[in-house]
Amino acid sequence: MAGANGSGKTTFLRVLSTLLKPNAGAARVYGHDVTRAADDVRRHVGFLAHTAGLYDDLTALENLRFAAEMLGRSPEGLEAWLDRVGLARVANDRVRGFSAGMQRRLALARLMLMHPRLLLLDEPYANLDAAGIDIMNAVITEVRNAGGAALLVLHELAPAAGMLDRVLTLVDGRIAAEGDGPAANAPTASAPTLASAAGAR
Amino acid sequence: MAWREDWRRVRVIAWKDITTERRSKAGFNSVAALAVTILVLFGFALGPEAQALRDAAAGAVWLAALFAGVLAFNRSFQVELESGAIEPLLLYPGSRWTILAGKLLANALFVGLMLAIVVIVGVTLFQVTIPKAWPSLLGLFALGAVGLVVLGTFYAAMSSRTRAREVLLPLLLFPMLVPVLLAAISGSKALLTGDLMHEAGAWIRLLVAYDIVFVSATLLAFEHVIEA
Amino acid sequence: MNETADTMNVPRSRAWTLFGVFAFVALIAAQVHAVLTSPADRDMGHLQKILYVHVPAAWIMSLAFLVVFVFSIRYMWRGQEKDDLLAAAAAEVGATFNGLTLVLGMIWGKPAWGAWWVWDPRVTTTLVLFMIFVGYLALRSFVDDPERRAQWSAAVGAFGAINVPIVYMSVRWWRTLHQIQSSPSTMDSAYVLGLRTNAIAFMLIMIYFIRRRYELARLRRATELIADAAALGGT
Repeated sequence: MAGANGSGKTTFLRVLSTLLKPNAGAARVYGHDVTRAADDVRRHVGFLAHTAGLYDDLTALENLRFAAEMLGRSPEGLEAWLDRVGLARVANDRVRGFSAGMQRRLALARLMLMHPRLLLLDEPYANLDAAGIDIMNAVITEVRNAGGAALLVLHELAPAAGMLDRVLTLVDGRIAAEGDGPAANAPTASAPTLASAAGAR
Repeated sequence: MAWREDWRRVRVIAWKDITTERRSKAGFNSVAALAVTILVLFGFALGPEAQALRDAAAGAVWLAALFAGVLAFNRSFQVELESGAIEPLLLYPGSRWTILAGKLLANALFVGLMLAIVVIVGVTLFQVTIPKAWPSLLGLFALGAVGLVVLGTFYAAMSSRTRAREVLLPLLLFPMLVPVLLAAISGSKALLTGDLMHEAGAWIRLLVAYDIVFVSATLLAFEHVIEA
Repeated sequence: MNETADTMNVPRSRAWTLFGVFAFVALIAAQVHAVLTSPADRDMGHLQKILYVHVPAAWIMSLAFLVVFVFSIRYMWRGQEKDDLLAAAAAEVGATFNGLTLVLGMIWGKPAWGAWWVWDPRVTTTLVLFMIFVGYLALRSFVDDPERRAQWSAAVGAFGAINVPIVYMSVRWWRTLHQIQSSPSTMDSAYVLGLRTNAIAFMLIMIYFIRRRYELARLRRATELIADAAALGGT
């Protein structure tokens, strides 16, 4: 999903994630209404926000453990997740010292703990280095191959090149353009391109 | 099974609050130090005559705990707001009341510890003799602490997310705590002086009723308040 | 949550204007009748007649708070914005009458009790209630988002109302257990009729004030919603 600042991309994502309640209209994710069946939506959806939302005074591992317990998952195998996102070395360091990129990776690991079907990613590549981008793309591909989907809000097409199925462009809160397939993957210089919903309805 | 999951969430949230508070630099220590400072100031305001101090001891202790406690309550939600952690917290599927319950447990621990420190200092500064009925006094303090923590935490969930959090929390909270303060202070005074009129029992019953009413009410209403 | 249409339907009020006129006439009539036809009190003289405003004001304050409670619960249960706006209107009116009660009480109390203030259970509870009202209104002024403001006010309003009897009991025990005289003087029977008629007149006034305040709130809200819709490009 692409669009200028203030076009409503993040708002749209937040409504789908159940963080924001719509004033009018309805939204459904996998058949569940976001206001009436919010918990069901939450079970399927993983939302990666702009801010990582981590506890600065807990370690990376502890943050994950907290998430696992809140999700009712077993606290085993968390180290493996940290390894996958390249944070194994800092597992026992407090998040307070983490860079923005490291925080984003940890947030991604936390996201994956619930094995979401739908990924809602708000500017997922911001603050990531090349290795981080690879990890992000690997995760997106994995979700996709498992039959899920990912909705990305992007400013720059390049990091997601080759992965986009569809592009929606938002202007003033409305879908102004929709593109399909290969055309969407060609990096262009013009601003309103980007965003892709891989198979999402 | 749902109960077990809920209880697990409550426990892990309490653990998280306690751990983050313990590790933060400006944490419990500052709040406890503030409570003691306030107590000392009360000493200056009400003393130095020994009998006057003894009469005022219960009031001074509870007020010092209350004023310092207000800071602790706001902090318990500050930790969620600072790093935006409240959003992921709200996205975990499951009952919302568990969030409040976990924070209530953590805050009860903090306020309990703080009260213990304030009482020890207060007994010394205000020249109080420890009565025979000190177990009842302990019970009274526990019930009073719960009363403070229940509404303190609940209202802090709201005030911490406004732009006037320092003034809004006391403004909302203090009138609501009148029964707790009256019961705790009057009951403590009575127990300290031998409870000749057997009034402590009535105050303890009032606190029990208050605690039950507001623990239930806050757990029921929390979902409305945290989602908005 | 889809009640934009509902909130936009601002109530019309021709019948209410008539009601308002009637309420004011009733108030003036009741006051004049009570003041002129009742005798001077043997201790207080004519100052006693301040009670014709003070006592009904206290009664209205409690009634208004009851309205706040009922509609706060209703909002938490049904989620309709109208209920929140009505509760808020009642809170404003209630707080005003609460302030009036306290001030008139003090004016009456100075000659009657010899002091500007006594820590009597009813007086003290009235003061605490005033503080609760003020907190409620302060909360509303610090929260801009309408839904958040409504949800939070409802919780604060409901809890405040639940607490009032507990406050009253605790202050009463606080006083009686130390064997202090509680509030003096029951009313002489000569005044009772005047009090009753004024209570009814005041209640009509209260209903009218709350209604007008509520209409204003609905109007404001409808204006906000229109502005929102326009900003979004027209719906």
